[in-house]
Amino acid sequence: MTTATSTFSGHIRRRRIFAMAFAVLCAAATFVAIGFLGLLLYDVLKQGLGGVSWDFINSYPSRKPEEAGIKAALWGTIWLMFMTAIFAVPIGIGSAIYLEEYAPRNWLSRIIQINISNLAGVPSIVYGLLGLALFVRAMQLERSVMAGALTISLLILPIIIIAAQEALRAVPNSIREGAYAVGATRSQMVFRQVVPAALPGMMTGIILALSRGIGETAPLIMIGALLFVPFTPDGPFSRFTVLPIQIFNWSQRPQEEFHQNAAAAIIVLLIVLLTMNSIAIVLRNRFQNSHRG
Amino acid sequence: MARTDSSAGSPRSRVKPRRDLGARALNIREIVIHGMLLACALVSVLTTTAIVIVLLEETLAFFQEISPLDFFGGTKWTPLFTPANYGVLPLLAGTLLISIVAAAFAVPLGLLTAIFLSEYAPSWLRSIIKPILEVLAGIPTVVLGFFALFFLAEDIVKPLFQTTGLFSALAAAIAIGIMVIPLVASLSEDAMQAVPRSLREGAFALGATRFEVSRRVVVPAALSGIMAAFILATSRAIGETMIVALAAGSTPNLTWNPLEPMQTMTAYIVAVSLGDTPQGSLEFRTIFAVAMTLFIMTFAMNLFSQYLLRKFREVYE
Repeated sequence: MTTATSTFSGHIRRRRIFAMAFAVLCAAATFVAIGFLGLLLYDVLKQGLGGVSWDFINSYPSRKPEEAGIKAALWGTIWLMFMTAIFAVPIGIGSAIYLEEYAPRNWLSRIIQINISNLAGVPSIVYGLLGLALFVRAMQLERSVMAGALTISLLILPIIIIAAQEALRAVPNSIREGAYAVGATRSQMVFRQVVPAALPGMMTGIILALSRGIGETAPLIMIGALLFVPFTPDGPFSRFTVLPIQIFNWSQRPQEEFHQNAAAAIIVLLIVLLTMNSIAIVLRNRFQNSHRG
Repeated sequence: MARTDSSAGSPRSRVKPRRDLGARALNIREIVIHGMLLACALVSVLTTTAIVIVLLEETLAFFQEISPLDFFGGTKWTPLFTPANYGVLPLLAGTLLISIVAAAFAVPLGLLTAIFLSEYAPSWLRSIIKPILEVLAGIPTVVLGFFALFFLAEDIVKPLFQTTGLFSALAAAIAIGIMVIPLVASLSEDAMQAVPRSLREGAFALGATRFEVSRRVVVPAALSGIMAAFILATSRAIGETMIVALAAGSTPNLTWNPLEPMQTMTAYIVAVSLGDTPQGSLEFRTIFAVAMTLFIMTFAMNLFSQYLLRKFREVYE
């Protein structure tokens, strides 16, 4: 009897210790994952902070590392982001509205939906090859901002569609029924009631997708966004370079000084991306609160 | 998906005399809007079709000159040199090795993070950690490549393993692992959150500890969702380009030693497009054959992970 009780309590103690150890392990794993982000930011800041200056932001690339800057790349990134938004946002939202509000439950809708999820997983470099064959060669857009923006648009389209679909799904059905009840047609219901209600959620998805787009490097290397561009784009058909390509180029050089430039350019790129991410997170929190309230 | 089956205009059309010009204009408007939205949705189908056509066209042209047996069976990849060899195995092996090491690194960390977020963390802590993980997920891969080359390779791998060269598969694989941790964590957490509360409560009522509930109830119940996350993460690792282009080196290398430099399929494609290989030549076509291989591999993995996810949803929703 006594031995049974003592093995029982010993068993319990062992189970409790296991439970404790596992909790600590899980927490540790989480903080290791977050720690990597901290380590990365620390390393980049340490290497690059000395290189960030107004001259750096406002100079063209150069063969001399101390004179080189990111003016062409920064403006190229801004051009690329706006032109990508022009193509990707209307098509992405349109697709999402079709799939959520219009599509009948048939094989075509199923294929479109499965296809979108699959496109989201296609490696970005494959989009680069598509852009090279379709936009650069077949449509003869050459290595222009236009070709780059079209390529990146196709790349981020699935992300925008999936995010916009989630935003539309979050709109309560009572709003749709209310609109129908007062005699609205389907398009009136969708565009005057449902889309405005889903807009903040959609904006979050769009901003996150665009920030993914301006961080992309591989597809733009494929379509041949030039590595040495000592000018800012002067129109949609101008040649261009972007920050990630400039970072890649500088990282590959043997000279240490260029690595500092790469780190400094990373700081600028991360500031742009973190700003966009925080706007997206603030928007989403507002959106969630408004639905709860 | 479709909220009503009849279109909004149809009840009106039964009352013929009252169907005035305004109503007809409204009906045409509805049809036009419907058509435009459908056209938007079809862009994504066209994208897939275009990818397949572009890759297939160039790959078939490539296979007319090089036999598929040499391509898939050869152990030497030197298309840009003489004598040229077109065996894709070294690139394939490099890609798989790096992806497996990356997954071995990211899967335990991501899964434990997911368990922590789903089963342990109080809601205030979750609301801090999740945005941080999202920021990590949003770091551009070229930045992770920089980190792999100038921190992981230079300050960790090189002193730790006493290697001579800077490039190694290991540094690139760790950076890819860091890249996919947030993906594994957030997809696995979603799967665990979908496990009904009653299952957990039943186990707690029997006196199970939190560890036992996680290991014996939540993880098994969410297993197909977690598997889908692993497969998706591996597929992402296979397709990753900039990290390997910067940190893994540029020599095709058929070895299982992760401390050696090696080239992946994606890094080869980048290397060729940065060089001065004339477009339309056999050398240039190699990148389409390699990309086709890459596309088929990732496509199959994505389809499989979606199948698992769908099965998982059928159980709990």
